[in-house]
Amino acid sequence: MTMEQDPIPQPESCEGGCDVSRRVFLGAAVATVAGALTGCGDISAEDFLQRNFREMSKQEVQETIARLEREYKEQFGRDVYVGNEPPIPGVIFAYALDLSRCIGCRRCVYACVKENNQSRDPQIQWIRVLQMDKEEGVNLEHDTAYYDPPEVPAPGHFYMPTACQQCKKPPCVKVCPVGATWREKDGIVVVDYNWCIGCRYCMAACPYGARHFNWGEPHLPADELNPHTHYLGNRPRYKGVVEKCTFCIQRTRNGRYPACVEICPTGSRKFGNILDPTSEIRMVLEHKRVFKFKEDLNTQPNFFYFYGV
Amino acid sequence: MAVLRTFASFVADSARLVLKGGRLYYAWIAFLLVLIAVGAVAYTGQLREGLIATHMRDQVSWGFYIGNFTFLVGVAAAAIMLVIPAYVYNWEPIKEITILGEMLAISALVMCLGFVLVDIGRPDRFWHILPFIGHLNWPSSLLAWDVLVLNTYLILNAFVVTYLLYCAYTEKHYVKKLVLPLVLFSIPMAVSIHTVTAYLYNGLASRPFWNSAILAPRFLASAFCSGPAILLILLQILRKTTKLRIKDEAIFKVAELMAYTMGFNLFLTAAEAFKEFYSNTQHVVYMQYLYFGLKGHYALVPFAWASVLCGLAAFILFLVPKTRKNWITLNIGCVLIYSSVYIEKGMGLIIPGFTPDTLGEIYVYRPSLTEVLVAGGIFAIGFLVFTLLLKAAVPMMLGEFTHTKGRDRFKDAVSSAG
Ligand code: SF4
Ligand code: SF4
Repeated sequence: MTMEQDPIPQPESCEGGCDVSRRVFLGAAVATVAGALTGCGDISAEDFLQRNFREMSKQEVQETIARLEREYKEQFGRDVYVGNEPPIPGVIFAYALDLSRCIGCRRCVYACVKENNQSRDPQIQWIRVLQMDKEEGVNLEHDTAYYDPPEVPAPGHFYMPTACQQCKKPPCVKVCPVGATWREKDGIVVVDYNWCIGCRYCMAACPYGARHFNWGEPHLPADELNPHTHYLGNRPRYKGVVEKCTFCIQRTRNGRYPACVEICPTGSRKFGNILDPTSEIRMVLEHKRVFKFKEDLNTQPNFFYFYGV
Repeated sequence: MAVLRTFASFVADSARLVLKGGRLYYAWIAFLLVLIAVGAVAYTGQLREGLIATHMRDQVSWGFYIGNFTFLVGVAAAAIMLVIPAYVYNWEPIKEITILGEMLAISALVMCLGFVLVDIGRPDRFWHILPFIGHLNWPSSLLAWDVLVLNTYLILNAFVVTYLLYCAYTEKHYVKKLVLPLVLFSIPMAVSIHTVTAYLYNGLASRPFWNSAILAPRFLASAFCSGPAILLILLQILRKTTKLRIKDEAIFKVAELMAYTMGFNLFLTAAEAFKEFYSNTQHVVYMQYLYFGLKGHYALVPFAWASVLCGLAAFILFLVPKTRKNWITLNIGCVLIYSSVYIEKGMGLIIPGFTPDTLGEIYVYRPSLTEVLVAGGIFAIGFLVFTLLLKAAVPMMLGEFTHTKGRDRFKDAVSSAG
């Protein structure tokens, strides 16, 4: 992987500023009323008035992040770093998964939960490993995510892990009524958890079951919290908003592998910069025959499946 | 200034009309208020717990709320089923009662917006969807389109109703040049609220059950029979309880139109079923789940067939002139149509779209108690809006109550319009 050149974390510049004091003044009253009426607890005026991440000025981003870090510290009693490292120029991330190697042990599922601060109760998991019949091939009428054999792999079965496919033409982004989810320049589809209104239209639109909703208040024990976070990634989420895999944006934009790639005991998971001809992912594309999940839908995933052996 | 003063007294008098009523009227209002209160308590619980208080989950991420929303968008079309014969074909017997259709549309839209509001996870962020203030993802998101067309249709109907009543109140004839274009404009608007709502589902390639080109035509066909079904019953009640004269032929005419749309609706449903079952691709599983059950799960099967049978029976009742012109069979037909479309455009549309989910899992969804109570509350709000509108409108439409006439009614305890 040639992702060593350390990116300098800098917020993307945004045009347009806004008169913060006037907004806060007007908003304080509205926020109190809205909070009381909607039972969403004590939201501050700044919380209530926070704008779409992409429309914030550099300064607003800094202020927002400082506020979030303060709020998380209050909530968890620990220091939490909320980064906003931008996409690295010349990088588009892609993923390849070797179906002939995967044994369905689900270590990736749990590594992901730990790394990305998913709610433990109610349980949210971004990766879903499907057990399929060898006789049927990849066939969603003959699969289950609820397998529990004494030992994996179970005879007669193979395994197909799924997660967000980071589509080049993401239907989830197209349908969001408020622009709370979008595709970044490095190909990662992200959600602004402070802008999402929780309508779940994106969940209906995603063909891969990749988006998950916080149906209840997410619970994350403070000692299990991963304090190294990204605004668009694994920072702790809220009740009533949508979340999904971000290719471990907090790691990969800093030159590290996603947690699932690191943990996989069989080396089924390959990851890298698709624009770099020497990367492992390009090696896979060059030498293996790959397929995309539900190719006919033209979502054009940056996530490939292949049979390595 | 004078206009403003008259308008203020119009509002005040309407309020007084609404507050005065017979015992039955008060009992009905009290009943609705109780339902609303129960719904409000249930909704407070949902706000506290989150949407986990419903039985929706990641696999079936929309349910009862959105099902009701979809059905009610259909009801809002009722207005134009009266407008078309009245204004396009200049059919006088219906003209006087089109305002009732418009009031029904207003109430249906209020319920629609209510169902959307209770379905979203962060109602405190409602302002994010407002154009200019928030960030409306228009034209890309069909939900953004829906917000726009639904609100336009609501404002349009609210304006026409207010204006017509105000004219009746001031004993002036309405300005035809103003009303006619607005009423005619409501025809494409009504078509557009259905089309856009259908496209909301239709555009999702991830859900083959919805991804069918005849979804929007099916919406229109079913809407044009379910809305009037409610109106027909209502018209009969109104002419019994008030002095409003509604001619038999007006009712029969609407019933005849309904027969055609119901027939068309059944045809479209059959066309869809043929395509799925005959070609028998993997996409058939959703319709299989709906009509025959899948892998041992039969939750929707009885409802699906009930809907088909009700629709067929109603179609025959409305098609045969003898049963169409018989009050008993006519009313049975209305109830049958209402039930058929309520199942078909509500749960029968939403749930199979999600079952099995995009990864093949079957999650059997049934609404939770919270969902049922909250929905009850929203329906009660809609009925309340409609009742109050009627209460004020009927005496004005009859010319019994204007700025000069009918004030003595405030002295009696019992009003004739109760
Ligand atoms: S997999 Fe789903 S969530 Fe991920 S980008 Fe594609 S449509 Fe969006
Ligand atoms: S749930 Fe959130 S991210 Fe998804 S479409 Fe609605 S507002 Fe957008």
